[in-house]
Amino acid sequence: MTAATEPFWSATAEGRLLLQRCDACRTIIWYPRGFCPDCGSRSTSWEPASGNGTVHSFTITRRGQGHWRDAGPYVLAYVELDEGPRMMTNIVECPVDDVHIGQRVTVVFHDTGEGTSLPRFRPVDGGAGS
Amino acid sequence: MMGTGASEGGVRLMTLRGAACIAGAYEHPLREIPDRTIPEIHADVALGALADAGLTLGDVDAYYCAGDAPGIGGMSMIEYLGLRGVCSIDSTETGGSSYLVHVAHAAAAMAAGKCRVALITLAGNPRSGGRPPGGGSTKSPETAFEGGYGITVPGLYALTAQRHMHEFGTTSAQLAEIKVAAAHHAQYNPRAFLRDPVTVEEVLESPMVSDPLHRLDCCVITDGGGALVVVHPDVARDLPRQCVTVLGAGDATKHADNGRIDLTHTGAVWSGPRAFEEAGVTPADIDYVSIYDSFTITVLQTLEDLGFCERGRGGEFVLDGTLQAPHGRLPFNTDGGGLCNNHPANRGGMTKVIEAVRQLRSEANPEVQVPDCEIALAHGTGGAIGTRMVSATLILGREAP
Repeated sequence: MTAATEPFWSATAEGRLLLQRCDACRTIIWYPRGFCPDCGSRSTSWEPASGNGTVHSFTITRRGQGHWRDAGPYVLAYVELDEGPRMMTNIVECPVDDVHIGQRVTVVFHDTGEGTSLPRFRPVDGGAGS
Repeated sequence: MMGTGASEGGVRLMTLRGAACIAGAYEHPLREIPDRTIPEIHADVALGALADAGLTLGDVDAYYCAGDAPGIGGMSMIEYLGLRGVCSIDSTETGGSSYLVHVAHAAAAMAAGKCRVALITLAGNPRSGGRPPGGGSTKSPETAFEGGYGITVPGLYALTAQRHMHEFGTTSAQLAEIKVAAAHHAQYNPRAFLRDPVTVEEVLESPMVSDPLHRLDCCVITDGGGALVVVHPDVARDLPRQCVTVLGAGDATKHADNGRIDLTHTGAVWSGPRAFEEAGVTPADIDYVSIYDSFTITVLQTLEDLGFCERGRGGEFVLDGTLQAPHGRLPFNTDGGGLCNNHPANRGGMTKVIEAVRQLRSEANPEVQVPDCEIALAHGTGGAIGTRMVSATLILGREAP
């Protein structure tokens, strides 16, 4: 965590997903950083995200590495947030075989034990999507 | 700007076409090397490539290596190898594509008159438990936003494969055809790590590693290495050994682009056209391709991106033995590639160039030698096509410049 990304991580600890927007060109910046990679402006602001998105792609990792070695099958995914950015994450709280591209998902936060939480996503009930 | 190329608005534009030749190419013969250090393996392949070229350590005035070489940049290796008078140094690190980038950089340095004999080496021993090379000591800026999600290398390629299947209807059986072709070639390579032919069914029945990629969609993990000697055309003319000519080169980066990542293509959509334009050829002119094959999906997307088939049609393109030498429409990876033969140090770019050189010299294994192989393309993919990567395309010609 740096000064530039601290607001993002502090918000995760409170169960809120923030997105950074460039004050100059209005682009949403993902992942957060101290400037806008689209236009170079150093002036950026934070705004709350809806927390909703769609599975853009996913994979069921059958056996992870390192800390994940004994985690069992888990889903690594790109979720396209309703605000636009595609972020890497996990799909959780559902059987791994239920995950599919186009599925509607919403953010959940998992405590990292280090004062922040990691945003992951779970399927929206009844929102199976296309 | 300098060089030998066209003039535009009074400014001389440099082209690499004919600026350099590959005089030496050497692949370490072993796939498990538990009893030698990484510097020793670098030395093995350096001496092998120089012997192949008919040159010696004393002839080398440029040394290029990537993150697999120990020490800071090339310094330790230049000393260890006993190179004196090195005046062009490059330790560009782009993962598995590094060595193709090095060839292009060597050619540019030669076009600029900076050096005449460049040595490029790769070595590693991940099979015997060595630490994977690269990675760097400084945390990458994206780590906090990606590192907590259990990323694996197969997983990053699987994300791409899954999306390709969704958008274009590509199937696991089509991806398997790529492994089948590689294995068909590997049976004729006595050095290949995996020599048994496989069927589509065997690929599909192999354990799932990261959906939709099966174990047999993944490349091998091997110790070993390889080296190249790139020389100025004036040097090449005086060598008895057949040298192949650099006709064109293109490098390109592709990344997550501020949250806009597009999983349906690789950086080859940009590196390919740059190389083809410089070489003055089209995909139809290519007799043989070495395509980076960390995973079957890497090959499929690269073939599309380089223009060998339409975007999204790679799955159909690889059917019916298209990739199988010697008589397929586009013979690929005739050494068995990374999928079967060798992926030394988890980096497949070096061996891609080496097999292309063999084909142009008519020194591939006889069963898979492409008849009258005049123009070859070698392509490297470094990093991960599911996040950020460097694509490097080289086009090589049989004839001297």
